[in-house]
Amino acid sequence: MELMNIEGTPKTPTVVMNPNTGVIDIKGRSIPENSIEFYRPVVEWLDEYIKNPQPNTVVNVQLEYFNTSSSKCILDVFKKLEVLKKNQKDVVINWYYEEDDEDMLEAGEDYESIIKVPFKMIQIVD
Amino acid sequence: MSEFLTSCYAKMHRGDVILAYKGEISAGIIADTLGLVEAKLSDEMVENLIRKKLYNVLVECLQNLFHHVDKVPGSESNFGAFILSKTPEGYHISTGNMVKADKTKVLKEKIDKINSLSKEELKEFYKFVLNNQTFSEKGGGGLGLIDIARKTGNKLKYDFTRYNDEYYFFSLNVLVSE
Repeated sequence: MELMNIEGTPKTPTVVMNPNTGVIDIKGRSIPENSIEFYRPVVEWLDEYIKNPQPNTVVNVQLEYFNTSSSKCILDVFKKLEVLKKNQKDVVINWYYEEDDEDMLEAGEDYESIIKVPFKMIQIVD
Repeated sequence: MSEFLTSCYAKMHRGDVILAYKGEISAGIIADTLGLVEAKLSDEMVENLIRKKLYNVLVECLQNLFHHVDKVPGSESNFGAFILSKTPEGYHISTGNMVKADKTKVLKEKIDKINSLSKEELKEFYKFVLNNQTFSEKGGGGLGLIDIARKTGNKLKYDFTRYNDEYYFFSLNVLVSE
């Protein structure tokens, strides 16, 4: 499997997914009008990865902004990770939020209550 | 038509206008506006959390507008309008667009429902829609207004102005408190 590296833009996040280390980074902002198109290759990559995953998968999500169009796609990404968990693999989602950014913390907690994967809420302090 | 839209647009104004636009709503206009507002907010040293919240809500309002503008037959463009302004209460985002008369009832019911919910109920409603609704290629599957209400913590103000039997001008005003 190949490493996937999508460079960020003012509307879309940087996504790096490494099949050899099991580390997935999603960073930046996610506000495209059509998120389904942007996230399609990410979800497809995960479909492949979960067939032959690392024993430990670490997902780092550090978003400055995301729109509601992205929120469903991010949920779809997380649902793929649930499959890993179901198959007895270790997986953790590190959800980063800026100090005092309650909206972003709450967004992480929303996902945590829907998705059966352990979350870690990590505050970024300047 | 033009006179009608001008009068609807005039009614959307309040406080000190930071940015106002009326005309064709395209993906390009929305992207340019977001870039402009972001630059303006960082110039004006708006407090970081307010700036983030305002930007987030503005993205949602403008993308909502972009996805829901109904083109009126005989008019030239996908007409819409938006205004960002400031009053002592905070920042106001107003959007306006033509909607088909048969959509007004559903839209009104949806906003009234959102406005009737408490903070906790809004959170549950958001999670329910997020987890249960299939999203269209077009938009966010109806999460936009719920998200705006949640992030601002304020009621959504709206108005329908009749144009003719088939079309109404829908305006939405949201407040990001300071």
